[in-house]
Amino acid sequence: MKILRFKERLYKWIFTILAFASLFFLMGIVLVLVKESLPIFQKVNFFKFIFGRSWYPTYNPAEFGILPLILASIWVTLGAVVVCVPLGVGSALYLNELAGRRQKAVLKPIVELLASIPSVVFGFFGVVILTPLLQKVFHLPTGLTALNASIILGVMATPTVCSIAEDALNYVPNAFREASFAVGATRWQTLTQVIIPAAGSGIATAIILGMSRAIGETMTVLMVAGGSAVIPHTFLEPVRPMTAAIAAEMGEAPMGGSHYHALFAIALILFVITFIFNVIAEIISRSFRVKLGLSG
Amino acid sequence: MDNKIKMQAKNVDFFYGKNQALKNVNLNVYANKVTAMIGPSGCGKSTFIRLFNRMNELVAHTTLKGKILLDDLDINSPLVDAVDIRKRVGMVFQKPNPFPKTIFENISYGLKVNGIKDKAFIEQKVEDSLKKAVIWAEVKDRLNDSALKLSGGQQQRLCIARCLAVETEVILFDEPCASLDPISTAKIEELILELKKDYSIVIVTHNMQQAARVSDYTGFFLLGELIEFGKTQDIFTAPKDKKTEAYITGRFG
Repeated sequence: MKILRFKERLYKWIFTILAFASLFFLMGIVLVLVKESLPIFQKVNFFKFIFGRSWYPTYNPAEFGILPLILASIWVTLGAVVVCVPLGVGSALYLNELAGRRQKAVLKPIVELLASIPSVVFGFFGVVILTPLLQKVFHLPTGLTALNASIILGVMATPTVCSIAEDALNYVPNAFREASFAVGATRWQTLTQVIIPAAGSGIATAIILGMSRAIGETMTVLMVAGGSAVIPHTFLEPVRPMTAAIAAEMGEAPMGGSHYHALFAIALILFVITFIFNVIAEIISRSFRVKLGLSG
Repeated sequence: MDNKIKMQAKNVDFFYGKNQALKNVNLNVYANKVTAMIGPSGCGKSTFIRLFNRMNELVAHTTLKGKILLDDLDINSPLVDAVDIRKRVGMVFQKPNPFPKTIFENISYGLKVNGIKDKAFIEQKVEDSLKKAVIWAEVKDRLNDSALKLSGGQQQRLCIARCLAVETEVILFDEPCASLDPISTAKIEELILELKKDYSIVIVTHNMQQAARVSDYTGFFLLGELIEFGKTQDIFTAPKDKKTEAYITGRFG
């Protein structure tokens, strides 16, 4: 009897520890990020760091203005949205509203399989195929540009957007479809005036999570964005998004130096951005479930 | 039976995949009368009513044999669009299913999808429909509130109003009171009796008392077959078939 009770308590402890592990990791990461990035703000004013227009971390004197990096991240993320929203939402609509059950059973796993391709493979694809193509089409000195990164990131975020948007469409009760058809609405009217509005915030959540995927992606942008840390003027210029800067420079930055701390500060800001994205997505998706009467 | 026939089912067989849900059903729906369909769960009555506005088309792998006529028009003819049929044959569902829109938009939706744009006309029509469905007094001050805030009984009357706005000729009620309390049920029944002046009505119900109260004609379904069809009074007082009698007297079902 005693052994049995000991076992029960042991199981309970093991699972409690496992459940809290990710919380510990999250807190640990945040603590390290904050601790390692604070020293840079003793040297550079916070606003000058964020809005500074030149990033010359290895010059003498060094300049730590990350506006070009932030703008690069925003540009390629917005570019990715332009690619992944029609692709992802369009395929979700097709899967949910037009494809038969059998077609959907085959197609949805294939779209989701796209998410399992390693990002370095996407990057490779961008370098080998997209780069020469863009160079030729737009007569550029280099095909490694914000546009290149946007396209590849957009394709990479498509499975996320498609999968979550499809779930949102699936949550729309069939009763709404029937009600709409019953008053003589066509398929198209039902889709645009009942189903998409009902699933709207779910689709918005999908797009935000897709953006969060794109802005945090590192390997691909490191390979195809071009890496030039200047403020971008067009999509046809090379850019250096925040993730690429961290990945490319962390190896060279002397540990404990200003450059090192500045990179941590970039990571912290990136973390805050993706955190905000995820919180917004969570809030929207909750209101969506309430709106459809699917519990709070 | 000297009444005008509004809709007619002729030798109807219906299949879900290979399962036969309806077997050779023949039934008339008379104009400006209430036709009730009763029977135990799974007898095919809900499947049957959904044939009258081609709602079963939305379910995959179904087959229909036989004919459904609306004023002599074969509604399943390849030349006929289901959308046009549903503009003439409306439906109220078992579970109230208002759209997650405002009360006003719920009613105006049917008008808008039918191409009506005149704002004044739409406003008048919304008011008329809500009045006809006896819900106007309860909602007139909050037409811009979400329809999902209404109670179940109110939602169902709103769904009836939504159907009325389209000005159909027939209204199909698929167990409209299944999820409602007795007071809401009484209101809906009263409404059905009022509506038959202008519409031909078909109602599926598992509640025999309800069929007796509201209908002029009753069909009794069992295992996909229409066992007996006739005037409600006759079915309930002098059923010809033993199975009908057994069901009506509560021996099964």
